[in-house]
Amino acid sequence: MSFPWARHYEPKNPLTQWIDSRLPLPRFVYNAVGAGYPVPRNLNYFWNFGVLAGVALVVQIVTGIVLAMHFHSSAAGAFDSINGTIMRDVNAGWFLRFAHANGASMFLLVVYIHIFRGLYYGSYKAPREMVWLIGVVIFLLLMATAFMGYVLPWGQMSFWGAQVITGFFSAIPVVGEWIRIWLLGGYAPDDAALNRFFSLHYLLPFVIAGAVILHIWALHIPGSSNPTGVEVKGEQDTVPFHPYYTAKDGFGVGVFLILFSTLIFFFPDLLGHPDNYIPANPLSTPAHIVPEWYFWPFYAILRAFTANFILEAKLWGVVAMFGSIILLFFLPWLDKSPVRSANYRPMYRVAFWVLVLDVLVLGYCGGSAATPGIVVLSQICAAYYFAHFLIIVPIISRLERPKPLPNSITEAVLAGKSGSRMTETAVSA
Amino acid sequence: MATPGDDLPPDATVGPGGEVLENPRRRDYLTIAAVSFAGVGAGVTVLPLINSMNPSADVLALSTTELDVSAIEPGQAIKASFRKQPLFVRNLTQKEQDEANAVPVSSLRDPQTLKDRTKEGHANWLITLGVCTHLGCVPLGAGEGENRGPFGGYFCPCHGSAYDTAGRIRQGPAPKNLEVPNYEFTSPTVVVVG
Repeated sequence: MSFPWARHYEPKNPLTQWIDSRLPLPRFVYNAVGAGYPVPRNLNYFWNFGVLAGVALVVQIVTGIVLAMHFHSSAAGAFDSINGTIMRDVNAGWFLRFAHANGASMFLLVVYIHIFRGLYYGSYKAPREMVWLIGVVIFLLLMATAFMGYVLPWGQMSFWGAQVITGFFSAIPVVGEWIRIWLLGGYAPDDAALNRFFSLHYLLPFVIAGAVILHIWALHIPGSSNPTGVEVKGEQDTVPFHPYYTAKDGFGVGVFLILFSTLIFFFPDLLGHPDNYIPANPLSTPAHIVPEWYFWPFYAILRAFTANFILEAKLWGVVAMFGSIILLFFLPWLDKSPVRSANYRPMYRVAFWVLVLDVLVLGYCGGSAATPGIVVLSQICAAYYFAHFLIIVPIISRLERPKPLPNSITEAVLAGKSGSRMTETAVSA
Repeated sequence: MATPGDDLPPDATVGPGGEVLENPRRRDYLTIAAVSFAGVGAGVTVLPLINSMNPSADVLALSTTELDVSAIEPGQAIKASFRKQPLFVRNLTQKEQDEANAVPVSSLRDPQTLKDRTKEGHANWLITLGVCTHLGCVPLGAGEGENRGPFGGYFCPCHGSAYDTAGRIRQGPAPKNLEVPNYEFTSPTVVVVG
């Protein structure tokens, strides 16, 4: 669907007319990310992060395809093919490898900001639930892809990460151990596991790309939300995606690339772990196993369970860790407030920032060694995380008295603050 | 040719071309049978794909390991490899055996006696996988000078699980005792594991 005032694609020359009548792909692109897609006029820079995630996906696919041309997916050859051949012998191999490794971090970084943007501005609410649900699926696929990619260099962290993560499945009662052996194709991570992880690591990005198309399709049915959370009421509320947001996104991509290049060229190992420069040794576990930074909050939740309670502590940890993401699927129905944007929800706005702090503290805990103090802190923060979604948000959505909303996007814009503040006219209206 | 107003048998209908279908369920039966058959066929075809991900013959071929334990003095342990997993072989001292036997079994998370975990006549040989039952790290304690933890057995540095001298879980997040693989003594000093 599009708004009735959306511009129509009108091919001018005979060639584009010929194409349009046979395969209207240019028309499709025009309506999706061109002048044919009307977008609220008041989007702020937090609306850049969807496009940035798309850019990161393309960067990962392109660098990944070239890296795969030089990679040996065998337990004997993987470490040397990356740390020897690619890093030292392949022309510009070091650049591709650091771009791919740091590209994963950049991808997760922009995706986290994108998710929290959705939480703040209520982007998950009707009529955009499907956009949110597909987004959570993409997030799960992304985590699986990132994990399997981290295994491929076959260093100590790769190996023991694979051991620990597949160990999650052995927590499942009765069939767990059988599932773990099936996943690994052996009793411990080895050639079979490395090869299948490589195969899936190559496949999943294209599955993600497919899910991204569904994500955008679902978004374009109701159209983009905006910082006021007020729906588009007329043509004056929108501008065409191109050139307005292609330009704004282009600026964002420039900032993204500056940060990305800084990481690649000046701090390529900042986000990695030195232990992964030691070849995998199945007989010796590193003293301190940590996943990559983007998994720290979930790792902290996993480790927060230390006592058996009906089920084994280990199973609780795994259930809670997956549950912390599965929970997001239910968010559109847990938050019953009809007001989308936290700008007009004084209580939810506070709860949102407490959640951000809570996730940051969980991340800190997940990256630290599991000392008793850290475990207690993880337990408190994990409990708060679940309480936020299951108790605090539902209660707030009943008790809260939202601030008056502007009558329209245009009114908010003309009042000077595209929805971030209550407007004079909104008060008088 | 027939029209819906005609006098027809009770289960008959009129087809799109006006023809009388005396028993339309016969066609449903064929549809259901064909789709079910195709569904079962598709399901069965998935089986080899799933099964191909199980351990292959060359991986299973590594599932027996023969060890000579004659060089391990009481109090010492070695790390060997069994199915590409670490295997701990430990020659318990009399004191370590007594410590393990002194623990009331009912107080354990995974109740087993030392006798359950060793072979008749070889009570000093504790042979376990060196894989923490929590998330699969290799516990410390088999190597010379490694931290054996508060119960004198093994200690997993990843999440702090502590095992006693019988390899039983005593403290920390691991749910089970260190796994004892199948093995037998083929002579007083040779063990075949697997």
